[in-house]
Amino acid sequence: MNRFEYVRADTIADAIAALAQSAEARVLAGGTNLVDLMKYDVAKPSRVVDINRLPLKEVADTENGGLKIGALVSNSDLAWHPQIVKRFPLLASAILAGASPQLRNAATTGGNLLQRTRCYYFYDSSTPCNKRTPGSGCGAIGGVNRIHAIFGASESCIAVHPSDMCIALAALDAEVEVEGVKGRRLIPFEQFHRLPETTPERDNTLEQGDLVTAVILPATDFGSHHTYLKIRDRLSYAFALVSVAVGMTMEDGVIADLRLAMGGVAHKPWRNKVLEKTLHGAEVNKASFRHFAEEALRGAKGQGQNDFKIALARRTIVRALTQAARGTPQDQSDKTFR
Amino acid sequence: MELHRTNYDLIGKPTRRVDGELKVTGRARYAAEYPAPDLLYGVIVSATVPVGRIKTLDTKRAAALPGVVRIFTHENVRSAAWLDRKWRDEVAPPGHPFRPLHSDRILFDGQPIALVVSDSFEVARDAASLVRAEYELGDHCTELEMKRTDAYDPPEKRSGIPPPPSPRGDAEEAFERSPCRISSEYRINAEHHNPMELFGTTCVFEAPGKLTIYEKTQGSHNSQGYVTSVFGLKSRNVKVINHYVGGAFGSALRPQQQLFFAVMASLELERSVRVVLTRSQMFYIGHRPDTYHAIALAADETGRLTSIMHDAVAATSHYEDYQEAIVNWSGMLYHCDNVKLSYSLAKLDTATPCDMRAPGAAVGVNAIECAIDELCHEVGIDPLQFREINFASKDENTGKQFTSKALMSCYRDGASAIGWPKRSPMPRSQKDGHELIGFGMATGTWEASLMKATAQAKLTSDGRLEVSTAASDIGTGTWTILAQIGADALGLPLESVTPRIGDSTLPASPVEGGSWTAASNGSAVLAACEAVKQTLFKYAKTMTNSPLADADYERTVFAGGRIAHDGDHARSLSIDEVMHAADLSEIVESGKASPSLLQMRKYTSYTHSAVFAEVRVDEDLGVVRIPKIVCAAAAGRIINPKTARSQILGGVVMGIGMALHEEAMTDHRMGKIMNHNLAEYHVPAHADISDIEVIFVDEADDKVSPLGVKGLGEIGIVGTAAAVANAIFNATGRRVRDFPITLDKLITETE
Ligand SMILES: Cc1cc2nc3c(=O)[nH]c(=O)nc-3n(C[C@H](O)[C@H](O)[C@H](O)COP(=O)(O)OP(=O)(O)OC[C@H]3O[C@@H](n4cnc5c(N)ncnc54)[C@H](O)[C@@H]3O)c2cc1C
Ligand code: SF4
Repeated sequence: MNRFEYVRADTIADAIAALAQSAEARVLAGGTNLVDLMKYDVAKPSRVVDINRLPLKEVADTENGGLKIGALVSNSDLAWHPQIVKRFPLLASAILAGASPQLRNAATTGGNLLQRTRCYYFYDSSTPCNKRTPGSGCGAIGGVNRIHAIFGASESCIAVHPSDMCIALAALDAEVEVEGVKGRRLIPFEQFHRLPETTPERDNTLEQGDLVTAVILPATDFGSHHTYLKIRDRLSYAFALVSVAVGMTMEDGVIADLRLAMGGVAHKPWRNKVLEKTLHGAEVNKASFRHFAEEALRGAKGQGQNDFKIALARRTIVRALTQAARGTPQDQSDKTFR
Repeated sequence: MELHRTNYDLIGKPTRRVDGELKVTGRARYAAEYPAPDLLYGVIVSATVPVGRIKTLDTKRAAALPGVVRIFTHENVRSAAWLDRKWRDEVAPPGHPFRPLHSDRILFDGQPIALVVSDSFEVARDAASLVRAEYELGDHCTELEMKRTDAYDPPEKRSGIPPPPSPRGDAEEAFERSPCRISSEYRINAEHHNPMELFGTTCVFEAPGKLTIYEKTQGSHNSQGYVTSVFGLKSRNVKVINHYVGGAFGSALRPQQQLFFAVMASLELERSVRVVLTRSQMFYIGHRPDTYHAIALAADETGRLTSIMHDAVAATSHYEDYQEAIVNWSGMLYHCDNVKLSYSLAKLDTATPCDMRAPGAAVGVNAIECAIDELCHEVGIDPLQFREINFASKDENTGKQFTSKALMSCYRDGASAIGWPKRSPMPRSQKDGHELIGFGMATGTWEASLMKATAQAKLTSDGRLEVSTAASDIGTGTWTILAQIGADALGLPLESVTPRIGDSTLPASPVEGGSWTAASNGSAVLAACEAVKQTLFKYAKTMTNSPLADADYERTVFAGGRIAHDGDHARSLSIDEVMHAADLSEIVESGKASPSLLQMRKYTSYTHSAVFAEVRVDEDLGVVRIPKIVCAAAAGRIINPKTARSQILGGVVMGIGMALHEEAMTDHRMGKIMNHNLAEYHVPAHADISDIEVIFVDEADDKVSPLGVKGLGEIGIVGTAAAVANAIFNATGRRVRDFPITLDKLITETE
């Protein structure tokens, strides 16, 4: 527990000002992650800036045929929004694969992007963790690391970003709209989250005083050639061990375009754009998918308890590609992985 | 006890919980919900290392927070009882019970080291986070694997837990000469109870030395005894209330930390105090111990068992020898002439384990029933047929007769409900899309005990009956079955009966555990009602102009609020008439239940079950689904099929948890459990549970208890994990011997 100042922002400018004043100020959106972390004595904000009154609850069309999603649109509203259901079913599916209905009702788009890792050590303030307490060491290396990274880990941190929604956003080439002291800017999704390197305390590339105001989806149409396939330790209400988001376009039975992002494997959604291109023009068959999966896991490194993730990720990729190519996306309420 | 005829109008009928409305409307109060004037809030500070000594405990910053009333540590707490035995509760295992704040020694991670008391919960929690401890670290070990070679036979046996029976025949020699053999090793990871309700105590300070304690416990008398003994208080001054308990599964059998702290602070500060553990703190108050099972089995070509050997090593703490009957079941599930069983303990630097739903059987039967499946595969015999061939018609560990054992009906009805003939004996031979399909089964058993219990029945002239006994209802349905029993005994409608339980001032009762409450407290209530009936009859007979003057007690019926001649209902009197005539406002009688020692010499009683599972395993991804589980149980008379079914459902769900999900993930370098929350300690979610079919087969038993009741709290979990694991083998051809069977164990490419 920790004493903090509570500020309710009425305008975006107020919010930014309130955030910029103190390095330990934190935005409060749905609170499903921040409040938990405060109770666990992990987050110790000096000031909590409640943004729930800001006008960031709209989903609107953009000029170039995409959608702009306000940072305060709840995960539930987004997943069931008619435009999302119709045009971005991959995103809807990924959101519905996460958490529980109650949590999704409270959780927001911005909060989901900024939720923190579920690393056991990060949550337990009696253990070393560089992300929580820089310089204290990484408990997970050589410890309980079933849920940890197989890509992009460093000697300082091997945590993964836990979001499902973000994996779909990465595959969709979304952009994050940010307002800060220096004004407004757009961050391409792959540059939003970062790898831990030597500063795992930083999950993303935001600066002090930055407020996420929206997520922007470019116009994309995968028709029905997409899927979000999430593998976890129970059939619902658990974070991904491995997940795969696929968006595909097909022409004459041949893959014309492919996006594939992996979740549960790294500190950020994991994409390999160069590799994606190798499937362009490829026939749909198991051998090419297997080969792709093999390549996609090249360089993956287990930490001991999570070694199985490498084989699991390969298999999940093959299945997800198959689902997408066949036009039979994973149904999030049916627990059979067809 | 000779029973006058009891009606069976309500007993045996599916009956809604009498406390259901209170619970769903939130009016049922749990321990931490009772208001008290000037209430103080205590928050426990937990140690963060597994072994060592507290070098310094800095409470200055915490104490400086406005609103902090007192911080108790080992340095300033006034000593409670000195003698070890004063700390021993009814169900304590041998050893030195843990004494909070007794010294600077740390015995396990999560051990309470201070209590911060404040007039608000928020301040207490804030202050607790400011208490800083520095430790001198000792060496620790939390890994059972490392301590197996040091395992020992516990010198002092835990009361109520039979040690393994002595060997019979020559198991080793029989093993050697048998044509079909398997030997394998199983491991079942430690599990945590995680009942929904947090552990809480509200201690209301009535006067110096006089307390009313609202407490989460499975036994109000056990908690009362603990408090009076530890703090040297008089029994009549300490009242413990546990009307409603939001689940416990064994974790509230022993008095837990919060009780000590609430009472200690209340006595010291002369104020009412509430202490509630956090979800994380509940991971350090006892758990199902980690176990290893080395099993060797042999059979002849026809599938007759020739040898059974089961050696189990279980974890305990350094300060107590917690014991369970783990291997004994292996000697009595089937007929076998050559049996060798052994059980030993290994000490780890953790809190003492404690009973968790079907302690011993849940793991022991799980291991042996998986091994039996391996043997069936080896012999090439259908697992159901194997169990029929090797049926044990008496308890071969003791040579005693069973009071009843309708297990054959369980096998038959369960097999037909799951569609056992659909099973292919060849593993990996059934597939639908990506999913491999398999069927598995297991036998389950649990003891049916009758414990000493007392009760009181009070009949008032308005025809209302109150039945009371200090039983607990941990969600099991005790409130309801006691009302049903009372109503049927006196021939009253259910609405006319008020059960009273969960209060240490009521007639003495054992803790609510071991599945004995329905039989024991139910029988005591029945006996008390019987006494009321006899008194009532006496008055009825002697009334002037009584139509029952010539009546014979044995030939009367109590029904519809009247006493009547059997066969001539016109000759009858109402309860009201009798009591008016006798000028009585109430009749109060007591009753008791206790096991018949004479009968116990010859007979023994167990509940049995047959569990059948259908699983589907994604061949590439290792994801397991369980479309159907059937649990067919032989449990004597079922008083309330509705709540009884719920007990089995809960047991089966927990069995699925043992099979697929539940485990404490420990960082053995640090000696710490890392997944101490409900997000990361996985129990089955709704999506993991599909169809569970519960079957109660008919089982008449006139010896097990006066009502023929056996009890149902634990049997649902026993055998379930094995049935699932065996089905997974049938589906995939993979035998996973390390529980839980998480998907990584099904996709490893090495096998
Ligand atoms: C038990 C449990 C299970 C879960 N399971 C899953 C799962 O399976 N998959 C999954 O993806 N997620 C899961 N979640 C996580 C959930 O999705 C996140 O908690 C949620 O999305 C966070 O959103 P919020 O609005 O509540 O964020 P908050 O808790 O309000 O904020 C989270 C962080 O984001 C910052 N923040 C919020 N909004 C902004 C903004 N606009 N600009 C700048 N900073 C901001 C906050 O300061 C804080 O640091 C689970 C959570 C729980 C508790
Ligand atoms: S993996 Fe990262 S978050 Fe986890 S303990 Fe190491 S530094 Fe902390």
